[in-house]
Amino acid sequence: MRTLLFLLRKEFKQIFRNKSLLPMIFAMPMIQLLVMPLAADYEIKNINISIVDHDRSPYSQQLISKITASGYFVLADFGDSFDAAFQQIEEEKSDLILEIPEGFERNLVRENREKLFIAVNAINGTKASLGGAYLNQIIQNYNAEVRLDWIDPYRYNPIPQIEVASSNWFNPFMNYRFFMVPGILVFLVTMVGAYMSALNIVKEKEIGTIEQINVTPIKKYQFILGKLIPFWIIGIIIFSIGLFFVARIVYGIVPMGSIFLLYGFLAIYLVALLGVGLLISTYSDTQQQAMSVAFFIMMIFLLMSGLFTPIESMPGWAKVIAYSNPVSYFIEVMRMVVLKGSGFQDISKYFLIMIGFAAFFNTWAILKYRKTS
Amino acid sequence: MVTLENISKTYNEGALTAVDKVSFEVKKGELFGLIGPDGAGKTSIFRMLTTVLLPDGGNASVNGLDVVTGYKEIRKQVGYMPGKFSLYQDLTVEENLNFFATLFNTTVKENYDLIKEIYVQIEPFKTRKAGKLSGGMKQKLALCCALIHRPTVLFLDEPTTGVDTVSRKEFWDMLKRLKVQGITILVSTPYMDEATLCERIALIQSGKIMSIDTPAAIIKAYPEPLFAVKSEKMSVLLQDLRKQESVKSCFAFGEYHHLTFQENSPEVQPSLRKNLEKLGHAAIELKEITPTIEDCFIQLMNH
Repeated sequence: MRTLLFLLRKEFKQIFRNKSLLPMIFAMPMIQLLVMPLAADYEIKNINISIVDHDRSPYSQQLISKITASGYFVLADFGDSFDAAFQQIEEEKSDLILEIPEGFERNLVRENREKLFIAVNAINGTKASLGGAYLNQIIQNYNAEVRLDWIDPYRYNPIPQIEVASSNWFNPFMNYRFFMVPGILVFLVTMVGAYMSALNIVKEKEIGTIEQINVTPIKKYQFILGKLIPFWIIGIIIFSIGLFFVARIVYGIVPMGSIFLLYGFLAIYLVALLGVGLLISTYSDTQQQAMSVAFFIMMIFLLMSGLFTPIESMPGWAKVIAYSNPVSYFIEVMRMVVLKGSGFQDISKYFLIMIGFAAFFNTWAILKYRKTS
Repeated sequence: MVTLENISKTYNEGALTAVDKVSFEVKKGELFGLIGPDGAGKTSIFRMLTTVLLPDGGNASVNGLDVVTGYKEIRKQVGYMPGKFSLYQDLTVEENLNFFATLFNTTVKENYDLIKEIYVQIEPFKTRKAGKLSGGMKQKLALCCALIHRPTVLFLDEPTTGVDTVSRKEFWDMLKRLKVQGITILVSTPYMDEATLCERIALIQSGKIMSIDTPAAIIKAYPEPLFAVKSEKMSVLLQDLRKQESVKSCFAFGEYHHLTFQENSPEVQPSLRKNLEKLGHAAIELKEITPTIEDCFIQLMNH
């Protein structure tokens, strides 16, 4: 016990003495948590549109002003040549072209129908599909308005219509930050925890201090605990700063569920994660090797965790990877507890899975770690 | 105290033999030197004896404990100073010492008398980080850390490599004083001139022990008379000497070339001198000398 305490003291001394590591551990996650949710925005605004109006009638004017007033579109170009508009797309000045044919108003009034042409630049897929969808919605609204103008509701029977009213549960205003911030917090705790623990033990190998440690009667468990506990504590501190300062004060996110439940899960999650770091370090001899392996594993863990794209829409093989990834479960639990207020009953399954991960990675790492080569 | 019996170690799945059936014994309280060039297998032997490397064959024991089965006990009883400085560079002198004392379940105070003499020299810098110490001071600190648990056997792997001459001399003086305390010391070094400072030495080359004895006995065992030659043009002289039929071997050795003759008859010296003069060498000096450990090493290596 005395040995372990001394090991911990030594470890903290080294961490606090490292002038570049300390800001890296605490400041970087906070900066990232402030910046990343603002950038990882699913709502697309400021789509540049070029309108080619061959008609120049009051109706076409009405449609154009409706589009520009929606807030989603910025009128990049207005003219009467499709080729000129296409040039705009080629120069990346415009994302969409709406072509209004000649005789738009006349045909609409006389024939009761008219066609519009939309050309979308699909290089940026998200922007293209959302932009196209927004534009379609605006045109349909416009169409409905035109019909209302023409049909006298008292003379004719109203046309039967199904109207859908939706309400968003757990996140009524569809604020994507409520969804992203807890996930990104998991992401940051994961990165710092895995990298720091993997690099720390390898550093002892690289510098050669492990050689001196190995000839002492220190027990294997003492050495490993001495390495894991500091990063376990640092992980909890980072999570707390992120949850109580950045998420609450900056984004106004207050967990709906129990804070204790979150911390309980975090405690087990960190054990599993540090086990991964320990495992990487037992297989590496230099910090460079450890960094490369950790980077490879973290990329997979983070991109296949359901943070950015839902796991349900992944192909089968990707789902297998996502479900064998501890990060997925923590993100899921975070969102359930923070947004939905899930209780222990709802996430008990995830607790068991995470305990399994913790046992698996740590057992593997401890079996692999040898004081003798 | 330390016994090795046919101990072997190979690397790269047997492709490289680092230690080849090495056997020797170090007696209690002895200052034993393992002398050999870089890559001779010294570090591998030390790492096996300190239980951090498993031997591929043979037996070895330290204090009567087998290095494979009794490793837990051995680790409590021995002190090891690796060739590479292996203390925490970001901890201070004092913190390093306290840290290693704690790992061995002891305190600096308890064994202060053992390290006192060495520690007082680095005490003025006790709040300095170990990484900021000079080479000689680093080595003193490493020795203190290896001694802090009062080991009965001390393993020092190339302690004087990369240390200046004055510090090297000081270091050997320290070792002699430790020996008085009854500590068995195993030291390895690539410097042949340090061999005579040990009580007994083992000469090692390519993983094989060539000779084990006291330095004096090894020198005495040198099989033939050895001569030193010097002239004005040393590099030409070396080539000319090697061409002489009467010369058996000739090596550059600092200021002189050391040589042995095929036959040691009384007329061989004057005739060599005459031949050299014919080849245009001036100020020739030729004398019989007592061999050094290095001469013995070269002689053993070539046979």
